[in-house]
Amino acid sequence: MYKILEKKELNPTVTFMSIDAPLVARKALPGQFVILRVDEDGERIPLTVAGYDREKGSVDIIFQIVGATTMKLNAKKQGESICDFVGPLGKPTETEGLKKACIVGGGVGCAIAYPVAKELHELGCEVTTIAGFRSKDLVILEDEFARASDRFYRMSDDGSWGEKGVVTSPLHELLESGERFDVVIAIGPVVMMKFVTLETKKYGQKTIISMNPIMIDGTGMCGCCRLTVTDADGKRSTKFACVDGPDFDAFTVDFDEAMMRSTMYADFERKAREEACNLFKAEVK
Amino acid sequence: MPIVPKKHPMPSQDPKVRAHNFSEVATGYTEEIAVAEAQRCLNCKNKPCVAGCPVGIDIPAFISRVKERDFEGAYGIVSSFSSLPAVCGRVCPQETQCEQKCTLGIKFEPVGIGRLERYVADRHNEGVCDDAVRPAPNGHKIAVVGSGPSGLTCAGDLARKGYAVTVYEALHTAGGVLVYGIPEFRLPKSIVAREVDGLRRLGVDIQTNVVVGKTLTVDELFEAGCEAVFIGSGAGLPNFMNIPGESLKGVYSANEFLTRSNLMKAYREHSDTPVMKGGKVAVVGGGNVAMDAARTALRLGAEKVYIVYRRSMTELPARKEEVEHAEEEGIDFRLLCNPVEIIGYDNPDDRRDPKNGFVTGIKCIRMELGAPDERGRRRPVPVPGSEFTLDVDAVIISIGTSPNPLIKSTVKGLEVNSHGGIVVNEDGLTSREGIYAGGDAVTGASTVISAMGAGKTAAKAIDEYIRNK
Repeated sequence: MYKILEKKELNPTVTFMSIDAPLVARKALPGQFVILRVDEDGERIPLTVAGYDREKGSVDIIFQIVGATTMKLNAKKQGESICDFVGPLGKPTETEGLKKACIVGGGVGCAIAYPVAKELHELGCEVTTIAGFRSKDLVILEDEFARASDRFYRMSDDGSWGEKGVVTSPLHELLESGERFDVVIAIGPVVMMKFVTLETKKYGQKTIISMNPIMIDGTGMCGCCRLTVTDADGKRSTKFACVDGPDFDAFTVDFDEAMMRSTMYADFERKAREEACNLFKAEVK
Repeated sequence: MPIVPKKHPMPSQDPKVRAHNFSEVATGYTEEIAVAEAQRCLNCKNKPCVAGCPVGIDIPAFISRVKERDFEGAYGIVSSFSSLPAVCGRVCPQETQCEQKCTLGIKFEPVGIGRLERYVADRHNEGVCDDAVRPAPNGHKIAVVGSGPSGLTCAGDLARKGYAVTVYEALHTAGGVLVYGIPEFRLPKSIVAREVDGLRRLGVDIQTNVVVGKTLTVDELFEAGCEAVFIGSGAGLPNFMNIPGESLKGVYSANEFLTRSNLMKAYREHSDTPVMKGGKVAVVGGGNVAMDAARTALRLGAEKVYIVYRRSMTELPARKEEVEHAEEEGIDFRLLCNPVEIIGYDNPDDRRDPKNGFVTGIKCIRMELGAPDERGRRRPVPVPGSEFTLDVDAVIISIGTSPNPLIKSTVKGLEVNSHGGIVVNEDGLTSREGIYAGGDAVTGASTVISAMGAGKTAAKAIDEYIRNK
């Protein structure tokens, strides 16, 4: 069992938890993920590491309450435990030698983007952050990003936070004005990463994206997390996000296929969410 | 007393009934059947069956005890050779091992050795309590990576010799392929749990949720005081065919499909893990895993399940009994057929149509057997213009696996072959001192019993290595 050392609500739909997992904390690096199971009947879900404290032996996760499992996880209180927590899995984000990077985060993807920005900042890299949220009440980690960034662009769909617009607008302006980065690292919904990539591709700006497909074991056994990449010669091949990623060269990834695959269980998830909602409502009564 | 020419049949659930449930297909011998079957054993002098057993069980000795109704005595003999008798009695391909060599089998059907092994183990397990005698510790620490058949066997054999053994398992449950791969109806998970508990009682420490190569490295295991490490990390990533449509929704690797159903219990009504149920399903491949996937799909409610295999029934690599069971249950074998494309739904007028991207069919081409290949198997060749489409809602690809990259990439100096399998000598020793390996991580996908044999060999070699250090 893995104890929840700390829990806080970042906004009504996004929760932060710090989990007691010394073995994972000892090794975790930005860009890696964990797989957890809330209880004995629970499904295995991947969550990217949002932070870690090697001395305390804790690993932070930040999750959006989107389905039955994240609802169950969110129902756990500080001091309670979850059943399984395994990691760190996947390859860490490559940060070595970077002098100038642009981090683009969308929605809860910012939770994953932040440890990368923080590490780069600590390594002395110049960090430009572009963060986008639907509206002000969904913003997370604003102060943290501000501290880790040399430049910080705030974007919201409705204009209630920073500028009104999408993350690709400031990115376009920067690239159009001739600015170049060692790398653009984009983390968020697949559709956002796709549009960031369409933008950076125009300028030949190297871009890394972090994929978060459906997974089960997360250790290179089941093949569920596969995606298709196309190399420079146009040859398509299958990669596995759990062992080959989760970071990929954005120019190689078939985003449309990844988006399509992510809806495999949309129907099941909708029903499970409704059931979970009813269950939690019943408990409140 | 005249010899009974045929094996006593295994009592089984009716095919029509069992096709809709996950309970074990074969219900097991009764005491009377077991004794009668044991009496068929000639107790011949040269015991060829023993040579056919990868772990060398003294088969005539245990069968003699069954004849005398000394079932605990029989169990004592079996379990001194095998760490997982209840498992082996169920999943070993006896027809190509012990039973193939049986002297009685020259004229008649061989003795049902597997069925007797299962009876003896099950009977023991029914009455078992904490009876394991913990051997005196010898003060040496050994780490085992992976809790599948090779790892559990190696751990058990070393623990019996007094070693302090820790097994590291990446998943949340111990058992490896015995829990995520082989379905409940062929190997009930309670039996695996029981065998694992037996090892715990022997003093084996099993740490789940530890991925060696990520959470810990092999070198760290040595730094923590282990004197030898056994790697039994299993087969690894599933192979795909590299044909169009393999990324469509409803295309599974057999590993994914079986893991969802077995390990994650997706077959149960209230499991949190989803899996596609019902519809028409095509399973590509002809091994035991393909049979398991097909029969699982059927039990999950599929109205039609095809096995698509590119060679003929003679070359089908699955265990004979599994193929017979599958046929009895109504699995439709499409032999000498090879998939060329998986077809998906595509509504060009509505990109948001939720049906878009789901499998609707599998296009295959008929094959005929041509000249034999280097292994003597006749090579299948496509018949031009013979393409046809099977209408299906899901496709399960079961054409083998490639070794997991996690360990080899984190152990310096560990030699692997061109397929990625760990290179070992006849003792299971790798290219690095103190590191041994066995099972699918070495051989690629193989059987439970051969993995157990490798675990056993390595345990013996590790013991010698430590004693001579």
